[in-house]
Amino acid sequence: MTTAEEAVHIISHARAVRQARTVAVIGVLAMLVFVTFCVSLSLGDFKIPVIDVVKTLFGGGDKATEFIVNRLRLPRALTGLMVGAALGMSGAIFQSIARNPLASPDIIGVTYGASAFAVFAIVTLGMTGLAVSGFAIAGAILTAFIMYVLAWRHGVSSYRLILIGIGIGAIATSITSFLLTKARVEIAQQALIWLTGSLNGRDWSNVQAMTVTLAISAPLSVWLVHRLRILQLGDETAYGLGLRVESSRLGLIVVGVFLAAVATAAAGPIGFVAFVGPPIARRLTRSPGPAMITSALIGALVVAVSDLIAQHAFGETQLPVGVVTGVVGAPYLMYLLARTNRVGSGG
Amino acid sequence: MPPSSTVDSAGRAATAAVSARPRRTRRAILVLGLVGAIALLALVVLLSIAVGSKQIPLSTVIDALRHYDESNTDHVIIHSLRVPRTIIGLLVGAALGLSGALMQGVTRNPLADPGILGVNGGAALFVVGGIYWFGLASLTAYVWLAFAGAAAASVAVYFLGSLGREGATPVKLALAGAALTAMLGSLTTALLISDVDTFDQFRFWSVGSLAGRGSDIASQVAPFILIGIVLSMFCGRVLNAMSLGDEVAKSLGQRVGLARLFVAVVVVLLCGAATAAAGPIGFVGLTIPHVARLITGPDYRWILPYSAVLSPILLLGSDVIGRVVALPGELQVGIVTAVIGAPFFIMLVRRRKLADL
Repeated sequence: MTTAEEAVHIISHARAVRQARTVAVIGVLAMLVFVTFCVSLSLGDFKIPVIDVVKTLFGGGDKATEFIVNRLRLPRALTGLMVGAALGMSGAIFQSIARNPLASPDIIGVTYGASAFAVFAIVTLGMTGLAVSGFAIAGAILTAFIMYVLAWRHGVSSYRLILIGIGIGAIATSITSFLLTKARVEIAQQALIWLTGSLNGRDWSNVQAMTVTLAISAPLSVWLVHRLRILQLGDETAYGLGLRVESSRLGLIVVGVFLAAVATAAAGPIGFVAFVGPPIARRLTRSPGPAMITSALIGALVVAVSDLIAQHAFGETQLPVGVVTGVVGAPYLMYLLARTNRVGSGG
Repeated sequence: MPPSSTVDSAGRAATAAVSARPRRTRRAILVLGLVGAIALLALVVLLSIAVGSKQIPLSTVIDALRHYDESNTDHVIIHSLRVPRTIIGLLVGAALGLSGALMQGVTRNPLADPGILGVNGGAALFVVGGIYWFGLASLTAYVWLAFAGAAAASVAVYFLGSLGREGATPVKLALAGAALTAMLGSLTTALLISDVDTFDQFRFWSVGSLAGRGSDIASQVAPFILIGIVLSMFCGRVLNAMSLGDEVAKSLGQRVGLARLFVAVVVVLLCGAATAAAGPIGFVGLTIPHVARLITGPDYRWILPYSAVLSPILLLGSDVIGRVVALPGELQVGIVTAVIGAPFFIMLVRRRKLADL
C-alpha cells in the first residue's frame, strides 16, 4: 500500500469507529429511555408489574391495567419524554448557533420571555391551565422575534444575538420578579411552581401538541444538522463554503424557538435540560458537531428520570419535575467534565 | 518625547510622533472618559444622598455632611439611612462590575456573569436554608450566610472544574459553574416550594435591593470589597495575556493556573460580598463589562477601571430612580437596573462594532 492509501484507510477506519460509537450510544440511550418510561408507567398508587405494562402498551393487557396505564399514566409520561426531547434539541440548536456551551434557550431570553408572560397571566389575570400555556407561547415567540429584529444589522451576528438575548432576558426576568414581589404569597407560590416546570395533570391534549411539534421539528432540525456543522466553522468560513448563512440561521432559530416555546407551554420552563443535553451528547459520541438525536434522547431521559424521582422519591409530597432536573443532570455532566481529556475544544 | 535640537533627530522624532500619536490620543481620550465617568458618578452619589421619599434640599444635604446635627431629623435621615445606602451602592456596584469583567476575562466567555462560579446559587441556598431551618429574618444575618454560601459554592466549582488532566480550563469552569448553580437552584426551589413563609421572606431578598441596608452591613462587607478592588487592579495584564489563549499566555511567561486561581479568589471576594449585601443582582456584572469593552477595546487594564466606575453609576442611578417612581413605596434596584440598563445596552450593542472576547 502506498502512504496515501494507508492514510485513506486510517481515516475511513477512524470515521467508521466514530459512527459505530454514535449508533451504540443512541441504542443504549433509547433502551434506557424505554426502561425508565415503563418503570414510570408501572409505579403509582396502584403498582403494575413492568411486564404487564409492556403487554398493555402492545395492546394485550386487561381492562383495569389498560385504564390506569393508557388513561392515567401514559399522557404524563409521554409529555415528559417529548418535552425533554424538544428541550434537548432546542439546546443543541442554540449552542451551535451561538458557538457557546453556555447558550441555551434558558439563557438567551426565550424562556424568560415565556415565563414573564405566563407569570403575568397567573398573577395579574388569575388564569390557570391552557390559558397560561397560550401566554407562554406568545411570550416566547414575541421575545424571539424582538431579539432577532434588534440583532439585525446587515445580517445577524451570533455574538450580537447572544448579547441582545441577554438584555431582553434581563428585562423579562425583572418583570417576573417584580410581579412575584407584588402578588399575594399563595398566588406567587403557584407561579413559582409553574416557573419550576411541572408535569402534574398532563392529559392527551398536551401529548397531541407535543407530537405535532416534534413531527414537524425533528426531521427539520436533523436535516439542518449538516448546515449547523458548517455554521460552527464561523460565519466567514460558512459563507466561503457557499452556505446561505442568514437563511440557515433564521431557519434554525425558528425551529429552536418553536421547540422551546411548545415545550415550555406544555410543562413550564423546566430548567437545565436544554443546557445539559448537548454537552453530554457531544462527550458521549465524541463527535465535534451537534449531536441532535443524542441530545434529544438525553433530554428525554433526564426529564423522565427526574419525573420518576419527583413523583415517587419523597413519599406523599410530589415535587414539580423542574426541581429535580438540576440534581439529575448536573452530577453526570460534572463527572464527564472531570473525565474528559480533550477539554477546551467543543464544550 | 524628548526635545531634539538637530534636524536629523527632529525628523526621527517626527516619525515616531506620527506613529505614536494615535496611541497617545487614544490614551488621552480614555483617561478623559474615565475622568468624565467619575464626575458623573459623583453626581449620582449626590443625588442618591439627596433624593428619597422625603425631599431634602441640597444645602441641607451638604450641611449634614459637613456639620452633623443630631437634633435635626433631616440630618439624621441622611446620616443613618442615605449615606450608608449610598456607600453600599457604590461598593456593590464597583464589586459587581469588576467581578463581571474578571469572570468574562478568565473564562473567555461573554455569557459569564459574576455568579457563574456558583456565587449567587450558593448564597441563595444558604440564605433559604437559614430562613427555613433557623427562622432567620434579618438582613444582617443573611450577610454572613450569603457570604459563606458563595464561598462554599465557588470552592466546589473550582475543585470540580479543575479535576481531570488539564486542570481548570475556561470551558470546564464555566460548565461546572453552570451545572452546580443548577443543582443548588434545584435544592433552593425545593425548600421554597415546601414552605410558604420561607418563600415569602426569600422573594424580597432574591430580587436584589439596597433598601434597609444600614451602616452595620456597610462595615461588614466593605473590607472584603475594598481588598477585592485593590487586588483586581493587578489582574489587567494577566487577563490580557490569558485572552490570547492558554498556550500563548504560557509562552509569554504567565503561570496560567496560578493566575486563574488568583482571579477566581478576587471574584469570590467581590461578588460574594456584593451578593451578601444586596442580594443576587445579575444584570450589572454581566453587561457593564461589555459596555466598558465597547468603549475601551479589548485591553483589560482599561476595561477593569471603566467597569468599576460605570457599574456604580448604573446601580446607584437605578436605585435613585427606583425610590422616586413608585412613591410612597419603592422599586427594588435589581428590577430597575435591568429595565433601565437593558434598552441602553441593546442600543449600544446595535450601534457599535463589537470587540470580540
